[in-house]
Amino acid sequence: MAFFFEVVLGGLLAGVLYSLVALGFVLIFKASGVFNFAQGAMVLFAALTLVRLMGWVPFWIAFPITCAVMIVLAFIIERVVLRPLVNQEGIILFMATLGIAFFLEGFGQTIWGSDIYTLDLGIPKDPMFILESIFDGGLLVDKLDVFAAAVAGALVVGLALFFQKTKVGLALRAVADDHQAAQSIGVPLNYIWLVVWSAAGIVALVAGMVWGAKLGVQFSIALVALKALPVLILGGFTSVPGAIIGGLIIGMGEKISEVYLGPIIGGGIENWFAYVLALVFLLFRPQGLFGDKIIERV
Amino acid sequence: MLYRETGQYKTSYAADQAMFPILQDRIGIVLILIVAFIGVPLIATQYSYTGILIPFLILALAAIGLNILTGYCGQLSLGTGAFMAVGAYAAYNLVIRVPDMNILLAIFLGGGIAALFGVLFGLPSLRIKGFYLAVATLAAQFFVDWLFIRIKWFSNYAPNANAPDLTIFGVSFSSPLERYLFVLTIVCVMALIAKNLVRGRVGRAWMAVRDMDIAAEIIGIRLLHTKLLAFAVSSFYCGVAGALWAFVHLGAWEPLTFDINRSFQVLFMVIIGGLGSILGAFLGAAFIFAVPILINQIPATFGVPISTALAAHLEAMIFGALIIFFLITEPHGFARLWQIGKEKLRLWPFPH
Amino acid sequence: MNASSRVIGDTLLKIENISLSFGGVRALSNVSFDVRKGEIRAIIGPNGAGKSSMLNCINGFYHPQEGQITYKGNVRQQMRPHEAAAQGIARTFQNIALFKGMSTLDNIMSGRLLKMKRGFFWQALYWGPAEREELEHRAAVEKIIDFLEIQAIRKMPVGKLPYGLQKRVELGRALAAEPDLLLLDEPMAGMNVEEKEDMCRFILDVNDQFGTTIALIEHDMGVVMDLSDRVVVLEYGQKIADGTPDEVRANQKVIDAYLGVPH
Repeated sequence: MAFFFEVVLGGLLAGVLYSLVALGFVLIFKASGVFNFAQGAMVLFAALTLVRLMGWVPFWIAFPITCAVMIVLAFIIERVVLRPLVNQEGIILFMATLGIAFFLEGFGQTIWGSDIYTLDLGIPKDPMFILESIFDGGLLVDKLDVFAAAVAGALVVGLALFFQKTKVGLALRAVADDHQAAQSIGVPLNYIWLVVWSAAGIVALVAGMVWGAKLGVQFSIALVALKALPVLILGGFTSVPGAIIGGLIIGMGEKISEVYLGPIIGGGIENWFAYVLALVFLLFRPQGLFGDKIIERV
Repeated sequence: MLYRETGQYKTSYAADQAMFPILQDRIGIVLILIVAFIGVPLIATQYSYTGILIPFLILALAAIGLNILTGYCGQLSLGTGAFMAVGAYAAYNLVIRVPDMNILLAIFLGGGIAALFGVLFGLPSLRIKGFYLAVATLAAQFFVDWLFIRIKWFSNYAPNANAPDLTIFGVSFSSPLERYLFVLTIVCVMALIAKNLVRGRVGRAWMAVRDMDIAAEIIGIRLLHTKLLAFAVSSFYCGVAGALWAFVHLGAWEPLTFDINRSFQVLFMVIIGGLGSILGAFLGAAFIFAVPILINQIPATFGVPISTALAAHLEAMIFGALIIFFLITEPHGFARLWQIGKEKLRLWPFPH
Repeated sequence: MNASSRVIGDTLLKIENISLSFGGVRALSNVSFDVRKGEIRAIIGPNGAGKSSMLNCINGFYHPQEGQITYKGNVRQQMRPHEAAAQGIARTFQNIALFKGMSTLDNIMSGRLLKMKRGFFWQALYWGPAEREELEHRAAVEKIIDFLEIQAIRKMPVGKLPYGLQKRVELGRALAAEPDLLLLDEPMAGMNVEEKEDMCRFILDVNDQFGTTIALIEHDMGVVMDLSDRVVVLEYGQKIADGTPDEVRANQKVIDAYLGVPH
């Protein structure tokens, strides 16, 4: 019994990592209606920049520099890619982000190299036992995962407050609803997009830090973007809490199916479980658990 | 001066609707075919067949398939590799398990099975659109990756699947030249069929669904039927391309040759070549092929060596930048640039 | 208009007690009227009256919660738009619903899709039966192009055409289906006087030459009075008048509705 809970817990914590990446997607989609395929590449790029800078300067200098780099990146993306494409349909913008993804992956690795870099943030990596009073001997969890969960939780709360309480957050929600209407009430579209992509960039940096600390900074992190898609389908593309819950469900589902179904039908289920689950959702509830319903009018 | 329509009057609708209404175009296509079938064999080297021409043709075929689905019918698909894989493995299993199976038949049956598979993963398109549908195709991609790695039966319990000798109707296609002609013929015929489909009622229905599916339904198009037909035809083309890739190009292959990178590669061909254009599939394939070669050769000619890893990264950067460039300046890709070029040629040397 | 050459027949379409809501919004309440074969029926009313929703119910895009629609004598169940099209109902839209990526010719040819029967195999081959069918339909479409006087723009992508011409192409696409019932949603919106006159002429000719029954939504009162045989007036989703143009024009409730008298 305890083993089952351990698996669940491990899955939940893995799910938190997915959620961190999905948060960046939600930010951008919520504010501009663009599905940013490059989010994973941004995670990789941010992590690479951070880890390489840490080769020369300590973390508390490298982190702000990397934040600044991500803001500059957001500026360039907005100027070079988004502005010329402002009135195109979603599918064109999506393909443009595909182009950004490839460019960033190539660019990041050209500059910083493509080895695997270990990221040491001073977070303890050893496992620990929790809930010893309930379960005999306690459940085994990774301290790093707990840290990640705490970070994700803080980010969610921060973002939710940002969207609900601040002026910029309100403007962002207006833009997500209708670009032209928002412009006509004086919302500066370009500035908003800069804010959003910068925020997404910083979320990507945080996600990159956590992933990098856990797995080492390497190219495969970029592929996490693909995993975030099912998370968003489940949670809804426009919902911040949805990204978290979607991530948890996917993480848990993957682990459970791997551990319990794996021996029956062969391992490696983790690779496709999330997508098939997303597919099922798409058929019955395309807006996800918390997303806005999609209505079409003629 | 050369590219003129003066004097070419169309006196019947048939002439107006011909595939190449302008005489110069007709001459052009005949020349291209002559060069392809006769000229190339006279001058090409072994390497250019196996390294360039054959893979280019096969991927162009896959690009035609994806173009039908995404360019003409507007259904975004990130699962091209999966459909190619299904075609390849289906053909392979037919050949090794059915006695005296004709290889040509196996390739087309493989395409047929890929078509069924495509219909299955196209069913969600009834309810979902755009990049939500792309997720469904990603599901297909990853599932198929897993399927052919895990279930060893498909590769006959060997780490790599091995293609049979290409002997069809007693004629053996073993030399690179023979393989080239084999692939060329199949690709030409299938490209012709694709062109016929898209200029007739089927293509019109697809484009209507792409442009405004609500209006399409209102003029009487059955949406699910039309979309599934696009999935079926597209997957058939990709399946045949996959079987050709495995049998003719690689010889021995593993499942990962049809992974998500392959899907992206074909998608890039379609975007850069031009969505909604059969010609675009060829132009895009040619371009995607040329870039890595250039990246490898150009620094070498300048005496600057670059590692393969760096070359791969530069490739990714260039592709990414090009996609963005094309989407901004000319979303219809090379095919549209080609058309604009022809229009300018019509006037040349006059300015307007 | 030479009244004696037009034959107005029996009821083609009968709307009975239709009610339609979306979420909390009640678009139509208990609306009933009929459309006779061969006539031109106008549906008018202030903005938000539910006129477009009514057309959407007729061609199967919306499904009313209550009431029934009888078309050609058959009571219709929940019909999908493509089934309505197959039954001979064609339609134009307020915001043009043309296929922007295709040329004028292709757009109008797409209106013939229901009549193109040749199967997939022949399409793939093209030469032979499929080509013959294609050319037949091309000839029919060219007749429509001549009728609407849009020969010069037949190969242009419709996205590049000015608004008035786009509306004409959309009419052409609807006509290409040779419909029994033609639904026009504000066919003259955004046009100048000359264009409106042309469009009026086309509508009259369609009704006259092909005998097509027409139901149209229109705001220009002059057009409505001149063109239509009978008029039905909607306001806030309810029918407030039904009769000939003169009867409706004199109806106090209609005058109040348009003048905005509160009630």
